[in-house]
Amino acid sequence: MITINAQSIAFILFSLFILGGGLGVVTTRNLIHGALYLVLSLFGVAGFFVLLSAPFLAAVQVLVYIGAIAILIIFAVMLTRSMTSLTEAFNRQWWLGALVGALLFVFLAAGIILPVWGAGSAYAGQPVSEVVATTTDLGVALVDGNQYVLPFEVASLLLTAAMIGAIVIARDDE
Amino acid sequence: MEQQCRDLINTLAACMVANGADPNFANLISALLGVVLVATLPLLTVILLIWVERKFAARIQDRLGPNRVGPFGLLQSVADALKMLTKEDITPAGADRFIYNLAPIIAFAVVVLIWAVIPFTPMHVGSDLSVGILYFVGVGSIGAVKVMVAGWSSNNKYALLGAFRTIAQLVSYEVPMILALLIPVMMSGSMSMQDITWAQGGMWYIFSAPLAFAIFFVSNLAETGRAPFDLLEAESELVAGYNIEYSGFKFGMFMAGEFMHVFTVAVLTAVLFLGGWWGPGVEQIPILGFVYLGLKTMAVYFLMLLVRNTVPRFRIDQVMNFNWKFMVPLSIVLVLVQAFLLRVITSLGLAPNEAGDFVSSLPQTLILLLGNLAIIAVVLNMIRNRGRQQRLADEAARSELAHPAGAPAGD
Amino acid sequence: MIALWMYLLVAAALFCIGTYGVLTRRNAVSILMSIELMLNAVNINLVAFWRYLTPQNMSGQAFSAFVFVIAAAEAAVGLAIIISVYRNRKSVIVDDVNLLKW
Repeated sequence: MITINAQSIAFILFSLFILGGGLGVVTTRNLIHGALYLVLSLFGVAGFFVLLSAPFLAAVQVLVYIGAIAILIIFAVMLTRSMTSLTEAFNRQWWLGALVGALLFVFLAAGIILPVWGAGSAYAGQPVSEVVATTTDLGVALVDGNQYVLPFEVASLLLTAAMIGAIVIARDDE
Repeated sequence: MEQQCRDLINTLAACMVANGADPNFANLISALLGVVLVATLPLLTVILLIWVERKFAARIQDRLGPNRVGPFGLLQSVADALKMLTKEDITPAGADRFIYNLAPIIAFAVVVLIWAVIPFTPMHVGSDLSVGILYFVGVGSIGAVKVMVAGWSSNNKYALLGAFRTIAQLVSYEVPMILALLIPVMMSGSMSMQDITWAQGGMWYIFSAPLAFAIFFVSNLAETGRAPFDLLEAESELVAGYNIEYSGFKFGMFMAGEFMHVFTVAVLTAVLFLGGWWGPGVEQIPILGFVYLGLKTMAVYFLMLLVRNTVPRFRIDQVMNFNWKFMVPLSIVLVLVQAFLLRVITSLGLAPNEAGDFVSSLPQTLILLLGNLAIIAVVLNMIRNRGRQQRLADEAARSELAHPAGAPAGD
Repeated sequence: MIALWMYLLVAAALFCIGTYGVLTRRNAVSILMSIELMLNAVNINLVAFWRYLTPQNMSGQAFSAFVFVIAAAEAAVGLAIIISVYRNRKSVIVDDVNLLKW
C-alpha cells in the first residue's frame, strides 16, 4: 500500500519529530526541555514543508520559528523562573482536557478519513498536477495590486505595532 | 575526458547502474559520497587556518608564532587537537546532561550544514537550493539556540549572563546582515547561490554595491564573534563567556566550530560579492573555479585577520548602539536606494544584456556605484557634523570649567 | 506515494495535542508553546491543501506566510505580557492571575 522510498521514509521521520516533539511539549515538567521539544517539532514541520514543495516556507519556518520565537520562549522561561518548583505541571481538570483533545481528534480524523474510505475522491490521490508555483510567484503575489499587497502592508503594520507594544510592555519602569 | 570530469557524482551513479546496481541505491551512494566530500573540506581546512591565523597575528605583533612543532610550526594545530583530546572531560554538578552534551554538536553541525549550498565550480554545488540565501540565514540563526542551551545547561550564573549577551549580539546583527544580503538577490533576481554567481559574470557585485559588502562583512564579524566584537569569549571578560564550563573535546568542538564559521562566512562573502568561481578560463576548465574561489576566500579571510589584530574591542553597549542606531538605518537606506536605482536602470534600458558581459554591465555598475558613494558621503558628513558638535560641546564645557560664567572676566 | 489525508491526519493530531496542552497546563509559557503547536498544525494543513489541490495558485502559500507573521507578533506580545505579569505578581501560574474573578 505504501511504497518505501526516500519520500515516505522522510515523511515518517518528520511525522515522528512533529508528534514526538508535540507530546514532549505538553507533558514535560522541565520547561527548557519543553522548549527544546518545541524546536524539534518545528523542525519536523519545516521538513514537511520541504516535502510539500514549499522551500521558501521551510526556510522561513526555520528562520522565524526556530531562530526567533523559540529563542524568545527560552528567554521567557529563564526570566520567569519561580522561586520554588513545587507546583504541579497540570491543573485539576487534566482528565477533561485529555477527553476534549481525544474527542476532537476522533471527530477530525473521521472528517478526514471517511470521505477517502470509498474509492475515487480528490483527497485520496496524488497532487492534482506537478507544476508548482515558484518562490518568484509568491513574491509577485505579495506585491501585486490585484493580489495580496493589502494584507502584506497590514501585516507589516501589525508587526510594527506588536514590536513597539512588546517593548513598551516589557520594559522596566525606571 | 570533459564528459567524465563534468560531474563526478553523476558519473559514479551511471557507472554503478551500468554494472547492474539498483538505480536508487546508486544514487544514494553517490549522494552520500558528495555529502562526505563537502563536509570534510571545512574540517580539513580549519586545521590549516588556525596555523595561518596564529602566524599572522604573531607577525603583526612582532613575534614569531608557532615554529617548533613541524616545519614552520605547521603541525601546531594537530598538537593542540591531541592535547584537547587527552584532557579530562568534566561535567559540572547539577548540569542538565543531555542538553549539556547537545550544545557542542549543534555548534559544529550548524556550520557544516551551510557548506551544502556553496558553489565550488560551475558544475559542482552540494545542493542547488532555489532559496540558498534563506537557507544560509536560517541555519545561521539556529546558532543562537546552541549558545542559549550551552549557557543554561552549565548551571553557572556567569555562563548564563555571557549567553544572554551573546544572544543579544547574534540576534541583533542578523538584521543588517539579511538586509545586506538582499542586494545580491535583487541584482541577480534569484536566491540561489549558483544563480548569483552566474550573474556576476559581467561585473562582481563588490563594485556595484561596495556598501553592501561592507555591511555584510561587519555584520558577519559580529555574528561569528570576531574582533572587534569578541567580548563574548575574550579572556579578560566575564570569565570567558557561555562555554566556560566546557573542557576537553567539547570545548574543542566549540573552538573548531567558531573557526569554521569564520571560514564559511569568508567563502560566502567571496561567492556573493567577489564573483565566486569566476576567473579567466573557468568555462573551459571547471576545476579552476575551485582555485579562484580559494584565492578570493583567502583574501577575505586575511581582511578579517587584519581587522582582528588592529582594532580594539567594543563594549556590549557600544556594540548594541552601533547596530541599532547605525547599521540598521544604513542598511535600510541602502536597500531603498539600490532598489530605486535598479528600477530606474531597467526603465532607462541600461540593464546588462542577456549575455551579461563586462561592457554591457558597466552603465549599471557605474550608476549603482555612484548611488553607494552618495550614501557613504552623506553618512560620513553626518558623522563629521556630530563629531564637530561633540567637540564644540566638550570645549564649551571645558572653558566653562576653567572660566566660570559668574566670575568677572579679565580681573 | 503520500496521500493528502496522511498530512491532514498528522496536522489534526498536532492540533489536538496543542489543545490538550492549552487546556491542562498551568504555566503560561507552556500554554503559549502549545498555541504555537496549534498554529503550526494550521500551517501544515494550508500548505498540504495548496500542494495537492491548487499548486499553480499562490494563495495557499501567501495565507501561510501571513499565519507566520501573526504567530510571530502574537508570541512577542504574549511573552511581553507574561514577563510583565511575572514582574508584578511574581508568578506565571495562570491560576494565580485571578483578581477579576468574582
